[in-house]
Amino acid sequence: MKYQLEIQNITKSYGDLKANDDISLSIKPASIHALLGENGAGKSTLVKVIYGSLQPDSGQMQWRGEGYSPKSPFEAREQGIAMVFQHFSLFESLTVAENIILGLDDIGLDADFTEQITKYSKQYGLDINPQQVVGDLSVGARQRVEIIRCLMQSPKLLIMDEPTSVLTPQEVDDLFVTLRKLAEDGCAILYISHKLEEVRQICTQATILRGGKLVQNCNPQDHNKQELAEMMIGKKLIQLARSNITTGQDIFSINNLSRQSEDMFGVDLHDISLTIKQGSIVGIAGVAGNGQDELMELLIGEVEAPADSLIFKGEDVGRLNSHDRRQLSMFFIPEERLGHGAVPDMGLHENMLLSRPQQSEMTNYGVINWQNVEKLTQQVIDDFKVQTQSSKMLAKSLSGGNLQKFMVGRELIQNPELLIVTQPTWGVDAGSENNIHQSLIALADQGSAILIISQDLDEILTLCEQIHVLSEGSLSAAVDMKDNGLEKISHLMLGSEKQ
Amino acid sequence: MIRLIPRAQPSKAMIFLSPLLALTLTAVTAFFIFAFILTDIKVSSVFYTLFVEPLIDTYYISELLVKAAPLIMIALGLSIGFRAGVWNIGAEGQYVIGGITGGAVGLYFYNVEGFWLIPLMSLAAILGGMFYAGIAAFLKNKYQVNEILVTLMLTYVAVLFLSAMLQGPMRNPSGFNFPESRPFHDGALLPIIWQGTRLNVGLIIAVILSFVTWLGIKKHLSGLQIKITGSAPRAAKFAGFDDKKTIWFALLISGGVAGLAGLFEVIGPAGQITPGLPQFYGFTAIIVAFLSRLHPIAIIFSSLLIALTYLGGENVQIYFNLPSSITNIFQGMLLFYFLACDILIQYKIVFFKAIRQKL
Repeated sequence: MKYQLEIQNITKSYGDLKANDDISLSIKPASIHALLGENGAGKSTLVKVIYGSLQPDSGQMQWRGEGYSPKSPFEAREQGIAMVFQHFSLFESLTVAENIILGLDDIGLDADFTEQITKYSKQYGLDINPQQVVGDLSVGARQRVEIIRCLMQSPKLLIMDEPTSVLTPQEVDDLFVTLRKLAEDGCAILYISHKLEEVRQICTQATILRGGKLVQNCNPQDHNKQELAEMMIGKKLIQLARSNITTGQDIFSINNLSRQSEDMFGVDLHDISLTIKQGSIVGIAGVAGNGQDELMELLIGEVEAPADSLIFKGEDVGRLNSHDRRQLSMFFIPEERLGHGAVPDMGLHENMLLSRPQQSEMTNYGVINWQNVEKLTQQVIDDFKVQTQSSKMLAKSLSGGNLQKFMVGRELIQNPELLIVTQPTWGVDAGSENNIHQSLIALADQGSAILIISQDLDEILTLCEQIHVLSEGSLSAAVDMKDNGLEKISHLMLGSEKQ
Repeated sequence: MIRLIPRAQPSKAMIFLSPLLALTLTAVTAFFIFAFILTDIKVSSVFYTLFVEPLIDTYYISELLVKAAPLIMIALGLSIGFRAGVWNIGAEGQYVIGGITGGAVGLYFYNVEGFWLIPLMSLAAILGGMFYAGIAAFLKNKYQVNEILVTLMLTYVAVLFLSAMLQGPMRNPSGFNFPESRPFHDGALLPIIWQGTRLNVGLIIAVILSFVTWLGIKKHLSGLQIKITGSAPRAAKFAGFDDKKTIWFALLISGGVAGLAGLFEVIGPAGQITPGLPQFYGFTAIIVAFLSRLHPIAIIFSSLLIALTYLGGENVQIYFNLPSSITNIFQGMLLFYFLACDILIQYKIVFFKAIRQKL
C-alpha cells in the first residue's frame, strides 16, 4: 500500500459553479499533508467529499488500496477517518471525559476509560485532566479534547481544519509536537490552513487549490512563504513594509478604562490604558474572548465610557455616540461584518450611509442625496476592487472578503485621523489581505493613527510597531520586541492561565 | 425534489407577481370552502356579491373609500413602527383616545364655529393618540416593558374609558340618556368631497400622508434609521442611531396618526361620539400594513382590498344569511397567502432530479 488515500479526478459542482474541478491528490501514510487555498478555492468541498458529507459528481477515491465512496461521515469514521473541526462541538458544562464519551459508541464511563484518556494524553503530549469541566478550559485545551476524541477511534487519517487559528504561539508549538508524533505512529494528517509559515514548518507535502482547480502538488519546504502565497492567489504579492515611520503627537489615549460586563459570559475590562501617536500603527493582540468585543463597543461608542477615559485630540469623547465621534475624524471597522458593520438586507449604497461623516455631501438636514451616495459607493468599489455587479447589490450577497474590502474602503475614503479596526482580514483570502494591509500602511504613512485589534498575530507583527496584549480584560504595557518579543507576547496571551 | 434557494438579488418580477399569486390562491381556497359549506346557493353568485357588486355601484364605491381612509392612515403609522421592529398592536386604543380628545375639543366649542376649529380638534386628537402610544414608549425605554403587551392592554382601557366618558361628562344633555355625545355642528364636521355620499376629505388627507411617508422613507435619513434599527440593531448602533429615540419616534408617529383617524371617524361618517367608535380598524390595519409589505403607497391599495372584504362580507350576510366571519376568513387567508408568496421575492423554487453518478 503506497498511499493511505488517493483521490482521482474529483469534480463537484453547485449549479454553474465548479467547486472542485478534476482534483487529484495522494496522501502517504505517516505524512502531514497540507491542503492550501484561498477562501472559495474548494478546500472545504474536497474535505466534505473525503469525510462523506458530500458526494462528488464524478471521480474516484481509494482508501488504503480499496475503492472508497462514503455516503455519510459515519461511514468515513468507520473506515478510520477522523476530523477536528475549526469550530469545536463540546458541551461546556460537561467534563472532558463525558464529552469524549459522547462522541463514541458502546463505551461506558468507567475508570478504564479515564485511564485510556490519560494514556493517550501522555503518549501524544496532550496535557489534559479528564475530570475537568470543559467550560473552564482554554481554547487550546478544548482543541486537545477534540483531538483525543478523534484518537479514541484510532484513526488512520486525521483531518484538521484551520487548527491554529485560535491558538497562541506556544500552543501551536505544542500542537505540532503532537501532530509529528501521530504521524510517526502511522496516522496520516490532512492539514488545512492558510498560515503558510506553519505549513512550511510541519508539512512535507502540499496540495494547492485555486478556484476549484488543482494548481500544484509540491513539497512546501522547497518553496518560501511568498512563492506559496503566489501559487495560492495566482499573482504576485506586494511586499509589505513601512518605509519610514514618522510619528507625531499623541492623538488618542485610553486612560484607566474599566467596565463591568452586564453579560453573564462577558469579560470585565480592568484599568486599560494606551496612547497612540499620529502616524503610528498600534496592535492589540490576544485570543478572542478576552475582552476584545467589550473594548470595541466602548471605542465605537455603542456603550458610554466613563468621563476622561477616552481622549481624542484633547477632547473627552467617551460620551459621544459613534456618529459624533466620526465628526471628529474617528472611524471604526468592527469585526462582525453582517449585522454590525453592514446591514445584510440592504444594498451597498444604503450601507454606505452607516458611516457618514460628511454632512454636506451625503445628507443635507437629514435629506439623503442618493446621487452623491451612489457616486461615493462606486468610488469605494473601484478604489478597493470590490467585486460586485453594482453598487446596489445586497451586502449579504457579497463574499466575506469583498464585503470586508467595502467596509475598509468606506472608512478609508474619509481619510480618518484615527482608524480603529478589529480583525481587518478575518476570513479574507491572501490577495485581499495583502490589499487591505497595503491600504492600512498607506493610511498610516500619510500621518493617521491606526489601532488594530486582532487575533492574528502574524498580522499584528507585520503591521504594528507598538504591540499590546489583551488578556482576561487587562491590557499589557507595550511589548519591547527587541528582546525575545514573541515569547513575551505568547506568555501574555496565555495570561494567568498556567500551562 | 423541490428546494428554496436564495436569490442573489430580490426578484423584481416577483414583487408584483406574488400579490397576484396570493389573490389567486385566496380565491381558489375560498371557492373550495364555499363549495364545501354551501349546499343550496351557487358559489359563483356568492363570489359576485362579495367582490363584484361592491365595485359596480356608486354607493358601494363611496363606502369602500370611506372605510379605506382610516385603514390607510392607521396602517401608515403602524408600518413605520413595524419597519423599526416596534410592534404597536394597540392602534385601536390610540384611535379611540384620539376620537375622544379631538371630539372633546369639538364638544367644548359646541356653539362656536370657526375655520380654526377642525385644525384645533385634529391637534388634540394627534396629541391624544401620541400620549397614549407614548406610555408604551416610556415603559419600553425606561423599564424594557414589551410594547406589544402594553399597547394591546391599553386598548381595552381606552374602550372602557370611552364608555365611561359617554355615560358621564360627554353624554348628550338632550339625548334621552343614551350613551352618546352631542352631534357635532356642521363647522366641526369634515367637508364631504362626493356629494350624496359619506366620503369626506379624510381620504385626501390619507392619500397625501401616504406620499409624504413614502418620500420620507426614501429620501430622509430617519427612514433609513428606522429600517436599520429594525433589521440590524447592532448596525444601527454602529451608525450612531439612538435606539431609544427610534422607539419614541415610531410609537409617537403611529399613535398620532391613529388618533387623527379616530377623530376623522367621529367628525366624518359618525358625526358624533358613540360606543360604536371602535370598529377594529386598529387591528385590521395590522393586516393592511403587512399586505402592503409596509410600503406607504401599497398601503392605499391593500386598504381598498381589505375594505372590499368588509363590504362584501356585509353583503353576503344580508343576501345569503352567511355569517359575518366571512370577512375575517378572507382577511386571514389573504394575509397568510401574501406572507407565504412573498418568500418568492427572496427565494426561488428549484425543481431538480437528484442525478448522482455512481462512484
